[in-house]
Amino acid sequence: MIDLIDTYWLYFLVGQYPHGPLGGLALTLILAVLGLLFAFPLGLVFGIARVSPWRCVRWPVSALIQVVRGTPLLMVIFWAYFFLPSLTGQNTDQFWTMLTALVVFDAAYLAEIIRAGIQGIGKGQTESARSLGFSYLDAMRLVILPQVVRNMLPSLVNQFVATIKETSLGYIIGLTEVSFIATQINTQVLTKPAEVYLLLGLTYFILCFGLSRFAFWLERHHQQRTLAKAHA
Amino acid sequence: MTPLFDLDLLLTGTYHDWLVAGLITSLSLTGISLALALPLAILIALIRLSPVKVLQWSGFAFVEAIRNVPLLAHMLFWYFGAPELLPTALREWLYARNIEATSAIIALTLYTAAYMSEDVRSGIRSIPGQQFEAARALGFSFVASMRLVVLPQALRVTIPPLISQTLNLWKDTSIATVIGVAELMYQAAKVESASFRSFEAFAFASACYLGMSLLITGAAGWYQGRFPVRAA
Repeated sequence: MIDLIDTYWLYFLVGQYPHGPLGGLALTLILAVLGLLFAFPLGLVFGIARVSPWRCVRWPVSALIQVVRGTPLLMVIFWAYFFLPSLTGQNTDQFWTMLTALVVFDAAYLAEIIRAGIQGIGKGQTESARSLGFSYLDAMRLVILPQVVRNMLPSLVNQFVATIKETSLGYIIGLTEVSFIATQINTQVLTKPAEVYLLLGLTYFILCFGLSRFAFWLERHHQQRTLAKAHA
Repeated sequence: MTPLFDLDLLLTGTYHDWLVAGLITSLSLTGISLALALPLAILIALIRLSPVKVLQWSGFAFVEAIRNVPLLAHMLFWYFGAPELLPTALREWLYARNIEATSAIIALTLYTAAYMSEDVRSGIRSIPGQQFEAARALGFSFVASMRLVVLPQALRVTIPPLISQTLNLWKDTSIATVIGVAELMYQAAKVESASFRSFEAFAFASACYLGMSLLITGAAGWYQGRFPVRAA
């Protein structure tokens, strides 16, 4: 196992870079970060639309979210892979295909987190803001959302873990993220499949376990602060 | 002239048969994995709640090791890696049979059981400790008080999250396409490459995934209406 790491660690981490496109673990992380970054504003808009008092906003967005949440990510990737080119009129490479699918998919899940957050804040907050003369949007922007976003920090970290795991599905469209690279290494070495895939699992584990422990810590920290405030 | 959306392609003929065979495979994967994962999940939950420290830790390690690695990496390991570790005779016996489906079922079962065990555990923890203590005081053993007193009550709270894990399992079966199990997604891609009717093939697959997801969501809603959680 040591000589396996010794020979292939650089390939595993960055793919063929700098002699070719960036890949490996670096690409996995970049995809996950960009995916969540772009999905967040979209999820925010969807989440607010989900609790909107206007039906013509609430219904179509709710339907869209239900559809995305009822389909596997792989299906979303396939749709993006086959129909983005005809939609945009130019060839989309695997990176943008995967990123588009991830953003759409994650936005639907983030929207539900945000919706739950907004509904958990309590009507009194909106009502007081409204009676102080804030418009609906101002009350959302200045009173409700700042509280929601602080409360949802642990969920956001957990969503990031989920996104890292989701990037592995780029494998199927030939995106050179870390699972794909592991398979490449496996076909080159040929004799040590168990070790190669154990190392792959271990890599994901270290990354995701560390992050989910961080989310757990954030949540406890937040709870203690809320408790301390309640006692003060 | 072929129509824009060739419905006949989906309703009769070879392509129809391929797709339906894929749907049946997906449903069987879900059914078999669910049947195996449920008892395993209850076992892991009990191990994590047992009074023995070593058991608690091994339960925790199992759940975290599985949840923090993407399902795709699990599938790759069980399909490419694990058979190499088996003795030759057993390996040949396996390869003569359906090794793809077997690996997929192992991966899906372990993955789902890890998530379900967390739901079962929090269900058990929601039952007041006095129930367990009273059962013990009446002379029931640990296993008997769990089986006859705590679990029947816990199950009622646990069913809705378990149903939503089943929804995840249903969507996760699509990942088995990566190791070549002829499930719905695999068959849709096969129809696509044989007929170039990508829109029809993916529309069929999407409709199946979505329809089944809505049924499962509906079941959860029905259950919560029929058996609301009683205040303790």
